[in-house]
Amino acid sequence: MSVPGRNSPTSVARHPAERAGRPPSALARLRDSDLWYSFTRSPITVISALIVLLFFLGALFAPWIAPYNPFDPASLNLMDGFTPPMGEAFSGNSYLLGTDDQGRDVLSAILYGARISLFVGFCAVLFAMVLGISLGLLAGYKGGWIDSLIMRIADVQLSFPAILVALLIFGVARATLPRSFQEDMVIYVLIVAIGLSDWVQYARTVRGTTMVEKNKEYVQAARVIGVHPMLIMLRHVLPNVMGPVLVIATIGLALAIIAEATLSFLGVGVPPTTPSLGTLIRIGNDYLFSGEWWITLFPGLALILLALSVNLLGDWLRDALNPKLR
Amino acid sequence: MFAFLVRRLLQSIVVMLVVGLVAFSLFNFVGDPIHNMVGQEATTEQREELREQLGLNDPFPLQFARFVANAAQGEFGISYRMARPVDVVIAERLPATLELAFVSAFFALFLGVSAGVYAALNRYGWTSRLVMTISLIGVSLPTFLIGILLIWIFAVQLQWLPSFGRGDVVQVGAWRTGFLTESGLRALILPAITLGLFQLTLIMRLVRAEMLEVLRTDYIKFARARGLSNRAINFGHALKNTLVPVITITGLQLGSIIAFAIITETVFQWPGVGLLFIIAIQFVDIPVMAAYLMLIALFFVVINLIVDLLYYAVDPRLRVEAGSARAH
Repeated sequence: MSVPGRNSPTSVARHPAERAGRPPSALARLRDSDLWYSFTRSPITVISALIVLLFFLGALFAPWIAPYNPFDPASLNLMDGFTPPMGEAFSGNSYLLGTDDQGRDVLSAILYGARISLFVGFCAVLFAMVLGISLGLLAGYKGGWIDSLIMRIADVQLSFPAILVALLIFGVARATLPRSFQEDMVIYVLIVAIGLSDWVQYARTVRGTTMVEKNKEYVQAARVIGVHPMLIMLRHVLPNVMGPVLVIATIGLALAIIAEATLSFLGVGVPPTTPSLGTLIRIGNDYLFSGEWWITLFPGLALILLALSVNLLGDWLRDALNPKLR
Repeated sequence: MFAFLVRRLLQSIVVMLVVGLVAFSLFNFVGDPIHNMVGQEATTEQREELREQLGLNDPFPLQFARFVANAAQGEFGISYRMARPVDVVIAERLPATLELAFVSAFFALFLGVSAGVYAALNRYGWTSRLVMTISLIGVSLPTFLIGILLIWIFAVQLQWLPSFGRGDVVQVGAWRTGFLTESGLRALILPAITLGLFQLTLIMRLVRAEMLEVLRTDYIKFARARGLSNRAINFGHALKNTLVPVITITGLQLGSIIAFAIITETVFQWPGVGLLFIIAIQFVDIPVMAAYLMLIALFFVVINLIVDLLYYAVDPRLRVEAGSARAH
């Protein structure tokens, strides 16, 4: 099918740079591609991408753009606690989204929380992706008992919801690791737990494509001239499976962010000392009944917005990369 | 048919054994069970004696066999945190979870199928578009946030419904039910909606997609050409064929409803097994964790088995293919 821009006959001399004899730059190629075209044609996708970008930048530069530092005890004023959004605080400071029980600015807490949520989400997806791709390649390329073993494990795991698997792995890690170790390691345990609960999708997709690709002539040719199997898998087979993997990874990011928030909300995730969005929602939930709704609802809203935008991006990517839908 | 049944049954047993192995390793490799059972002042000899008594010096396969035999009878030992037999604690709390799960499954199925059929029949109407858009948001909403939002609206702002617990319960034999009192029923509404909402959107989207597919087929066109009424075509022919995959998905979702009840039970402080499991994780209460794990695995395996058989019974085409399709 049409690979964006380059191979289709109509685009050979379409670009001015190309007509002048120079190869087009990467940026020019991107702007010429089908992907960019379908992106600009879908306003919802553009808005979602902007929201995700905003979250990303906000999380990345939180220490510089957040109005207050929620982790600095010196700057906290307990008398400012429970200030409603836009309300006048005791100390005269103003807080756009209000403050929590300890006088922490909710907006700043959300920015710092998104930092942790996104970090855990990205790392978990990366972990699941690397694990899933490796096992999928191995299963698809080698076949035989390795394939059966990996895929049976995948089947068993797939029959349980991911959140339950993550909960269990987290519970086991909590029981086996020494207590002093846990405080610092909890985020990494969380990443591994969420990642391990989500590798099956990647493995299945990669295995399917690998089994098709490995019988094609270019792979056989590579094998005949004695290329190492490892190199064949990574250099020749892997690029062919990256499209679907990218789609799974995007939707997986939304799932991982939600999974992290859910675990933190259940009290088995990120500790309150460095709160993620889920932890903020859990903390705020205690004050919902006394009328301080903003402490929990604003982080909740941020989480919904982030997850929904990432989901919409993933939906668009799936449709855009699927040649059947063109 | 018989060969298929036997194969599925064997598969289920293997899954249960694997989960059992995980649960068993929890006991053995996570801390020293003896350490959890005796006091600080127990001597080394006493510890060794207890170890011998409990059979902890036996070879691994023998210990595992004993664990499986005990688990099959529902024996999981004593909870570290509550100092009560685990099977008793779970039996007490299971009715709460099962009542919640069934009510939300019914809610999701009933509303999901109705809304899905409506959206498929009025494909271009603005109400069905609205319903579809809302369902997309519903898929991205984490369960616990739905619960918090419902509590805020209906319990805090409007004060119509209770926000936690089960209300008054009535003991009927061994079953403690909340169905028979007004406060019990009122307490059930919000958790049931929270738990069912995700399944509802899922079922709705599925029914709509399947129904649209079926409405395009030749036999529907033929039915129209024969002059059958819209009602007979939509409900007698189209819906009936739509329901085959819906049964499968709903059946499989029943398992995840019971698992997702963990989240809903935590939000609403619902005294079921899910809340028990979360507390067990927080306190590293291994016997409860192991028992819950085995229980959920059993639910999943049994549900999967029933769904497979049901599918087989509902769709006659599968009876021909099943033998060859399952083989690879």
